[in-house]
Parts: sequence; C-alpha cells; structure tokens
Amino acid sequence: MKVAVVVFPGSNCDRDMHYVFSDVFKLKTELVWHTDELPKNIDAIVLPGGFSYGDRLRAGVIAAHSPVISEIKKMAEKRMPILGVCNGFQILVEAGLLPGALLKNTSLTFMCKWTEIIVKNNKTPFTNKLKLNQRIPIAIANGEGRYYADKETLKLLKKNNQIVFTYAEEVNGASLDIAGICNKQRNVVGMMPHPERSAESIINPKNSKPASLIFESLLNTLGVA
Amino acid sequence: MMSLTPQEHAFLEKKIGRKPTPVELQIVAAEWSEHCSYKSSKKHLKLLPREGTRIISGPGYDSGVLDVGDGYVITVHIESHNHPSAVEPYGGAATGVGGVIRDILSTGTRPIAILDGLRFGDIEKDPHARWLFKNAVRGIADYGNCLGIPTVGGEIEFDKCFTNYALVGVAAIGFGKKDKLIKNRADKDDFVVLIGGSTGRDGIGGSQFASDKLESENRSAVQIPDPFIEKLVIEAILEARNQHCIKALKDLGGGGLSCAVSEIADVLSVGIEMDVARIHKRESSMSPTELMVSESQERMLVITDRQKLPILKKICEKFRVPYSVIGRIKEDRMMQVKVETNTIANLPNSVIANAPLLDRSSSKPKYLKKIEEIKKPNTPKVLTETLLRMLANPNIASKIWVYSQYDHEVGIRTVVKPGHDASVLRLDNGKFLSVKIDGNSKHCYINPRQGAMGCFEEACRNVVCTGATPIGMVDHLQFGNPEDPEIFWTFKESLEGISELAKYLEIPCVGGKVSFYNETNNGPIKPTPLIGVLGLIVKKPLYPQKVSKNDLLVIVGETKDELGGSEYYEYIHDIIGGNCPTVDMKSSKLNQQIVLDLINQDLVNSAHDCSKGGIGVAISELCITNNVGCVISIDKIPAKKFKPDVILFSETHSRYLLVIDPKNINKTKSILEQSNAPFAIIGKFSGTGIMFRNKAKTIANLSIDKALGKWLNSLELLVTHG
Repeated sequence: MKVAVVVFPGSNCDRDMHYVFSDVFKLKTELVWHTDELPKNIDAIVLPGGFSYGDRLRAGVIAAHSPVISEIKKMAEKRMPILGVCNGFQILVEAGLLPGALLKNTSLTFMCKWTEIIVKNNKTPFTNKLKLNQRIPIAIANGEGRYYADKETLKLLKKNNQIVFTYAEEVNGASLDIAGICNKQRNVVGMMPHPERSAESIINPKNSKPASLIFESLLNTLGVA
Repeated sequence: MMSLTPQEHAFLEKKIGRKPTPVELQIVAAEWSEHCSYKSSKKHLKLLPREGTRIISGPGYDSGVLDVGDGYVITVHIESHNHPSAVEPYGGAATGVGGVIRDILSTGTRPIAILDGLRFGDIEKDPHARWLFKNAVRGIADYGNCLGIPTVGGEIEFDKCFTNYALVGVAAIGFGKKDKLIKNRADKDDFVVLIGGSTGRDGIGGSQFASDKLESENRSAVQIPDPFIEKLVIEAILEARNQHCIKALKDLGGGGLSCAVSEIADVLSVGIEMDVARIHKRESSMSPTELMVSESQERMLVITDRQKLPILKKICEKFRVPYSVIGRIKEDRMMQVKVETNTIANLPNSVIANAPLLDRSSSKPKYLKKIEEIKKPNTPKVLTETLLRMLANPNIASKIWVYSQYDHEVGIRTVVKPGHDASVLRLDNGKFLSVKIDGNSKHCYINPRQGAMGCFEEACRNVVCTGATPIGMVDHLQFGNPEDPEIFWTFKESLEGISELAKYLEIPCVGGKVSFYNETNNGPIKPTPLIGVLGLIVKKPLYPQKVSKNDLLVIVGETKDELGGSEYYEYIHDIIGGNCPTVDMKSSKLNQQIVLDLINQDLVNSAHDCSKGGIGVAISELCITNNVGCVISIDKIPAKKFKPDVILFSETHSRYLLVIDPKNINKTKSILEQSNAPFAIIGKFSGTGIMFRNKAKTIANLSIDKALGKWLNSLELLVTHG
C-alpha cells in the first residue's frame, strides 16, 4: 500500500504530509515531483497545501494545468482515493475535479487559527472512521479559503451528499459554512483545513484524536488498519 | 551613485597604489558602507562573548550555528530592513524576511522559523503609522507564508519616536544535520555560479540608501519581493547540498555581487575572476556597475567544481531556477571583474572586504540629565479604569490580529504557539527549541545600558517560562546616526550592558547586526536594541496548562520602584523619565534557575513573565487567557512599602508568575525557601473577576469579560476602523 504526495513548485506542506503519513501512520509514502510520472503501484494520492506557483493568477490555477493532473484525473475516474488539502483543494477545484471556487476570505487577510469542523459525510475514504456530526479540532491557514458555489451547485452538493465538512463557527464567509466537499463518487475529497497539522497531540492544543481519524479512515479504506 | 569619504578615498588609493576605476569605486563604496562593513561598530563588537561548547564556527558563515546534540544543529540570524520598510512597508518588510532566510540557507540548513520585531509611531493618533504597520505585517505574512516557514513569534512596540519611520527586524532559525553543513572551501578553477532571481535595477545602492537619483529616473532603493522564486531557490539549494554540489555558499544581500564575491573570496583566501556579461538580467541595458551593486533579492552564490557543475545545473533546471556561471576561482586573491574580455575592476579582496575601521567619539547625552527627575503622578484610589486602559494600550493588547495573519503552524513543529511567552518548536532529535525576541525602546531611552540588559533578561525570562535553558543569543542594535557622539555613547552603553549580562549568564552571542542612521524627520529614534534568545529543552516543554479554580498564584522576584519608561508612565501619564528597571545579575541568574528547577520537577502548571505593564497586566493576561478570575493580595508581593500603582505597574525585571496546583504548593514553597529567592503566594484563581486588594481595600476590580474585550480586540479595532 502506498500514498503519493504530489509536489508542485511552491507546495509547502508536502513534507509535513509525508511525515504524518509515513512516520505517524506508518504508511509507505512517496513525494512525487509534478513533472514526474505517478508511480505505478500507488493506492491513494494527496495534493498538499502551499502556494503552488506563488498563487499567481489565482490560487491553484497554474498547478491545475500540470501534466500530472491529467494522470490524476484518470486515477479519479478509477475511483482511487484522492485528497486535496488547502492549496491541494484549490487545485482540485481549478482542475474541475471538484465543483465551486475558493475566494478571498471575508476578512481579506490570511488567517491562521484553530477551529472546529463538523463531519457531514462519513462515507468517503477519508471520513469512514468518523461519526456523522463529529467535531474535529483542526488548524486552518489560508487567504483564499472561502468556498463558493452558485445556488444550483449548492443544491446538487446537498442532494448528492457531497458536503463532507462544515465549520462549526463562522470562519471565512464560505457558502453553507463549507470546509470540505467530495465528488459525486466520493473518492475525491477537498478540504481547506489541515488534518496533517492536527493529528498529533503534541501540536494540537485541543484534541488530536478526531483529526487522526481522517488518516485512519484511509488506512481502513486501503485495508491496512 | 555612491561615495567614499575623502579619507577612505586616500586610504584606497594608497592600498592599491593607483586611482580606482569608476566601477571599482562603486564596488568598494558598497562594501565599505556602514551597513556592510560595520566600520563604526566592529571594534566594539569584540566585547560580546562568542565562545561556548555548543558553538560551531566555520569560515564565512552568515548565521550562528549551535550544536543541539545527536548530530543536529540550529542556525540563527537576525537582520533589519528599516529604511526600505519606512518607504515601502510591504516590500521592505517582505524582502527583510527573504534576506535573513538566505543567511540561514547559506550554512546549508533549512529555515524552520521566523520571528519579527516591529516598531512604528503612535498608531492610535497617526494614520500613517497605521498604514506602515498594516502593510509591514502584510509583507511579512505574504512572504513567510508563501515560503512555508512559520512566523512563530516576535514583538511590537509603538512610540512617537518612530513617527514616519519603521523598524522591521527579522530573526530566522534553521535546523539541519551537522554533517550537512556547508564547509565553505574553494580550489583553483572551481566555478562561481549565481543562482536565483534575475538581477535588476531594484535595490541599487540599497546598502547606502540615500535615494540617490539614478539615471534621472526616480527609482526606489527598495527591493522587489518574490517569495515564489525564493522558495524554489531554497529547495534547489537544499537538493544541491544533498547531492554534494556545493563547495561554498553565500547569499546576496546588501551590496549585491560586490560584497558577496569579495567577502567569500576573502574568507576562502582565493581570487575570483568574473564576467558581468554572463549574469542573467532583468533589463538588458544595465551597466556593469549596476550589475555589481544591485540588491535584487532571491539570489545565492555557489562555488562548485567541474565534476558537480552539470548536476547543479540539472537541479536548477528541475526547479526552473535561473542560473549563470559567472566566474572561476583563481589563486591570486584578487577580484577581477570583466565585461567579456575587458577588465573593468581588479582589486585585492582583502582591500574590498576590510574597510578602514573608525573610532567614533562618544559622550553622554545631555537629555539623560533632564529626564532623571520627574514629577510623580497622583495615584487615583481605584485603579480599575487605569488597568483597563493599560490592557487596551496597543503596546500591551493582544497581537492576535498580527500573528493570525502569519502561518505559524506550517512545518508541524510549533508546540507552543504565538501569544504565549516564548514559542517552542519540536526538533527531530526529540528535543525542543524555545525562541523569543524582545526589545524596549522606552527603557533604553532612559537608560541605554540597563534598558538593553533588560531586553536580554526579558527574552531569557520568556524562554525560561517554557522550561528551556538559554543556550545562545543574537543582538540587533538599532540606533541613530553614529557620527553623533551622544548617539554613539548610547550604542556603546547598550553593547557593554548586553556583553556584561551575556558573560555573567554564560549565554554566548551567536550572531547579530548593527543598524545605524535610523533617523526620522524629528531626529534619531530611541536606542532600540533587540535581543533574541534561544533555549533548549531536553525532556518536554512547559505547555501552558489551563488554569483551574483554586490554583494558586505565586510570584518569584522582588518588585522595585522602577516606573521610568513603563507603559504606565508613558501611556497613562505621558511622563518620560524616572528610574528605569535595572537588571540585578545575581537575582536574574538565581530566579531563572529556580523557576527552571520548579518546572523540571513538574510543580508548575503555567509560568508567565512580568514585563510591559507590570504585575497588573501580567496577572490580567493570565486570567483573560484562561477565562478565570483571581483575587490578588498586593500587600503580600515582595517589595518595600510602595504605593499601589508602583506595585501594579512597575516593570522590574527577573519576576515570574507561576500557577501552582494546591497539591504542589508545599513542595514549591520549600524549594523556593531554600533558594533564597524572594517569593510569595499572592493569589488564588476563582470566580469571574480580577480583583487586586491591598489588605482590606480593593485597588482594582474588573470582570474577565470586560478585560478580555479590551485586551483582545483593541488592536484589531484600531487597525481596521481607526
């Protein structure tokens, strides 16, 4: 079993994500440079946070046109679990793998803080060990983290149960307080908060157990837990 | 563009035995600027103790290196970007971060944390100061966040002396394996490679910054920040390090190529022959002089050999980092600059890199006499309103509006987050690093020596409050024009004070920076030394635990009548002068030791130092952040008989507030009694009010909610609506 963490120029949570998967959850993990081919034997893909291409033009938009994205799209069709966190979420949206857009926070500033999110769909590869409506203390850090979608899309998201996480408090003005969504098939999940910053008790000032279940869910999905 | 003094001109001609060419003159002027050469301060900086068992010194390191055991090292450096930030706060502050990060990178370590010390005018009254503040913070945030290096701490001070000006000091920390440190060596025929952003016309003459007119265009000497290319440069350099492609490494900062090339060649005792035509440029029409002194950011100089050059090129290409092979190493110890085959400068490195040092005269400033005596303010019977105003004071109010804009979590090392005394990072060897910078220009104005020692002591206290033992310090000395003997006196006094305390506490100085000519339209800034202290925690940090009802409040250290330079005098009463806090070195050492002992014996739930705003503010902060009240008997506080306002707001050093579980109080007491450190149990946590009592009398009584509102929101309200 192996996870690929895709590294774009300007990704900066790639090493954190690698550490948490490999050292904390003991899953074989490989960093894959965006121009390299995806390794053949992978079972899940993670797009980490950061500032791919310096957020130029719009967060995630340039990375969404990397060669590796077309491979990721193929894997998405094959129902491989794919997680995008923060900039990774922005890239998934820009690549059309997830609907909607991520806009500047209503505060108009970058915000780094601890908050809580609520599990709204526990049938994804990254949430199946969590309970519905379970709260997850988690770190957020972004400038363009306000999820936005038009009414039609929001209706569809609700109808298809694609809203995975919502904020427990007003954070950035996101539509329906959305913190994370999945595709219709539920194998592609994108979220703005950082589970990799929240899954160890030493760095999570509240409770790291719920966030660690995001990783354990994947272990469960891959049959290694 | 830039110039030498007539004496320096004569010295240069004598040294080289001829008239310098125009390009040579500019190269030397850049390197001999105060900023690059330390010509005013170098002789005095020898006072600082630089020896220590953890210190690793190597040729040409631009940052301090400390051994933290198990094959790992910490690197640290501090720099400022004051003049640029005062003109263009966003770009100035951002490039300030970029510059110090490259100093860390140049030793071959990965930058893991940023701290910043900021100074602005009175943001309550001055919209320009607010503008500078907002944009400097945004500049630091945008740059550091993009790099993925957490900004974990710092400090901010507002004072009228910084009107129309800004001080932006940035400290950076690096971490790496000892055996991967760049050794810095070079052999004949090795290649000199310039890696990173293109060289443009930004930041020309930055090190001399006089907004010189440039080719009749009014270009700023402020550099343009590009954090994305810096991020790529970091990753490319670290990969090149891993593949052993780097024999020597130097970052480009003040003075651009002139300084980087001459300094590295001088340190390595080699010569460098370089061709400016090979430099990758932003604008094709740049003159050789402009190319040599441009301070364009995000550039590194690498020395590599024939065998490794192709690998280095491949790495740059992978990251799409531009590079150019600009020169070769020679044996003659000369810096030879050519345009293709035409030599335009040929100077001994030792001459360029070693400016003639100066002996500046100094005399005690006359203002000091004037501010010795002050008329003491009348003390109101009840200090509740005063305390509330103190909590809303921008110098004291929570800085959450600032640090929430900084990504302080990336890197997943931040164990104790910003907003506490010091920040703590976990290291790969299971140990922890505690870091803090502190400054206090109000104290330093009244007593430059004691003020500077106090900043140092405060940073130590903060680090100690996390359970760390101080292992090293960096000093950043910011003053006005050193040609003014009175200013130079304040510089010397501060430096002597810092050196004295460093020797006494056996904390070596591992790096620093001197920044002179910090002058505003209204005259010089107050002396503003900034001290950073690094502490090491071997077992586990003291993570501030939630205060519970019935926990006891203990103070360690004596309170003295030292309101001079306090926030109480200056903010509430508009009084500048009086007795500023002095550092009793013996108490400083003793109290640090005893607090660490108590923490290491697991007797302390939370520790907090007393600094700006005194005990009154420090206790309020404990109550606010834990959402629990406290009844404090100020008559029990170890002190001579003083008025309540002295007890509450004096900023005496070497004092600590400890939160102790009742079940541990007896053991704590007996340890403190044996230590001979002054201490007392002064309060008990409970309820929803912060109540200071003097025997039966209530001196101040405020509700947590009200205190919280003032302390937490004042700064943000001021910045967003002020």
